[in-house]
Amino acid sequence: MAVAIIGAGQTKFGTRKDVNMPELAWEAIKQAMQTANVEQKDIDFMVVGNAGMWSSEAAVPALMYEYGKFENVGSMRVEAACATGNAAIRVGYTAIESGEADVVLILGVEKMQESPNPTVIELIGRFGSYFWEFENLGLTFPGYYAIHATAYMAKYGATEEDFAKVAVKNHHYGAKNPYAQFQREIKLEQALNAPYVAWPFKLFDCSPITDGSAAVILASEEKVKEWGIEEKIWIHSQGVGTGTANLSRRESFTSLKSASYAAEVAYKKAGIDIDAPYKYIDGADVHDCFTAAEVIAYEDLRFAKRGEGVQLVREEQTYIGGRIPVNVDGGLKAKGHPIGATGVSQAVEAWKQLLSKAENGRQVDVKNGRYLAHNVGGTGHYSYVTIYGLEKPR
Amino acid sequence: MEDLRKAAETNIKEYGFPVAIDEKSGALQWVDMRELHLKYIISIENIQEFFEGLRDGKLLATKCKKCGELFFPPQKDCPTCMDSDMEWFELKKEGVLETLTVIFVRPPSFSAYEPYTVAIAKLDDGVRITAWLRGDPQKVRPGQRVKIEIAKRKEGYLMYEIVPVEG
Repeated sequence: MAVAIIGAGQTKFGTRKDVNMPELAWEAIKQAMQTANVEQKDIDFMVVGNAGMWSSEAAVPALMYEYGKFENVGSMRVEAACATGNAAIRVGYTAIESGEADVVLILGVEKMQESPNPTVIELIGRFGSYFWEFENLGLTFPGYYAIHATAYMAKYGATEEDFAKVAVKNHHYGAKNPYAQFQREIKLEQALNAPYVAWPFKLFDCSPITDGSAAVILASEEKVKEWGIEEKIWIHSQGVGTGTANLSRRESFTSLKSASYAAEVAYKKAGIDIDAPYKYIDGADVHDCFTAAEVIAYEDLRFAKRGEGVQLVREEQTYIGGRIPVNVDGGLKAKGHPIGATGVSQAVEAWKQLLSKAENGRQVDVKNGRYLAHNVGGTGHYSYVTIYGLEKPR
Repeated sequence: MEDLRKAAETNIKEYGFPVAIDEKSGALQWVDMRELHLKYIISIENIQEFFEGLRDGKLLATKCKKCGELFFPPQKDCPTCMDSDMEWFELKKEGVLETLTVIFVRPPSFSAYEPYTVAIAKLDDGVRITAWLRGDPQKVRPGQRVKIEIAKRKEGYLMYEIVPVEG
């Protein structure tokens, strides 16, 4: 059974002290339900991606059942670190594919700023193997990715300036996205002169601590037909990979094995040539929690050969008009990274791009009718690659 | 956070509730009166030899008696053989540096430390180890020889460190 996204919504990401958890979630849910033209009674399953810990509410599905009056709906909370949003989509997608559900509401929500920054740094450092990495070594989240960044620099000659250019690009597009946390361009020097967070990452190499929510309505092919829904995109395929908890149990630090595996699965199922996937898709949202992570993603997704991802940056091949536009919503870097909402927000972006609803200056040319989302939890601990398309998958 | 808490405490008296205004947005916030202190109790019952090894200056891994696979960090079970018949194996404590980072923005629980270097080395025995790197991170590069030394941390307990080998 093919699965479509028939509605999408997202809040402005950033500091959202003006709303509490259910109010923030409802902003996205309301838009998603309105664009899909569905009511509560139409929804039979609700999946909530919420990593939590830093926020006060733990029982978010029940909270939203109450706040949004969702009667007769099954629900659950899903967590897969920073890939939580895509894990929620995974549950809804497979529920419909298997015939267990017809219409599923996917909500991704995070209110990270309910805790002070030091507490968030403390909590997010635990997204690995707690005992062997955090308890005794104090590895922070930027630190985990920095370990990859320095390995990449040593192996392929990438520089801190190369990484900074990723931030410049993503801020360039974030400035054009009214939903982004940072809606301003940055200069290369500004990024290079910022203080270090975890060498080689400086402030502008890192995604921020963010509040935000995003929601999509998934529906079965049957429902799409029954309701005569015209405005929709389809999930063409999804690959999921897992990595070791301990980074020291990894063979390589210049790639994320779970992500390249997830990409391979997704490409194969969608009938995309694994050697030149960029010829089949119009753009991609990749998980740029840190600038170097975006460069490594180019290679894991095979937009470039191993070691040549940095070349795409230098040649500006991931701007609109290049080989493949990447993160033209600002990415996690400028749009913001509310953990549970990020993956769902990527689906919202695929929806906007494929239906040509993106804001001025950040709309890609829709030629192939396909968009890719790459969402990584932890440092490749969980990877999701999802391919969305305008045409119903065969 | 401290400012917000103080404002909330004042406001309980003046306003009647633990509230404070967020400076940046001007939005009214309820400042939670409940605090949660997390401290975990983690079982090391099945890897206690590892810690005894550290006390004797040894770095120990577990080794499956059946297939010979080495496990570091040590683990109780061999997933290949579906067996738990392990023996302890003393690693040679020498290897090659693979990658590193310097943590500048530290978690509060590590605030007593200056910026520290975390590195990963591949030991000659074949396993990799993540540990703090002793010395100047600017003077090392991936590919260089390192050794593992056991030393006391500031907190007074033993831990292993990666130390560059001169020359």
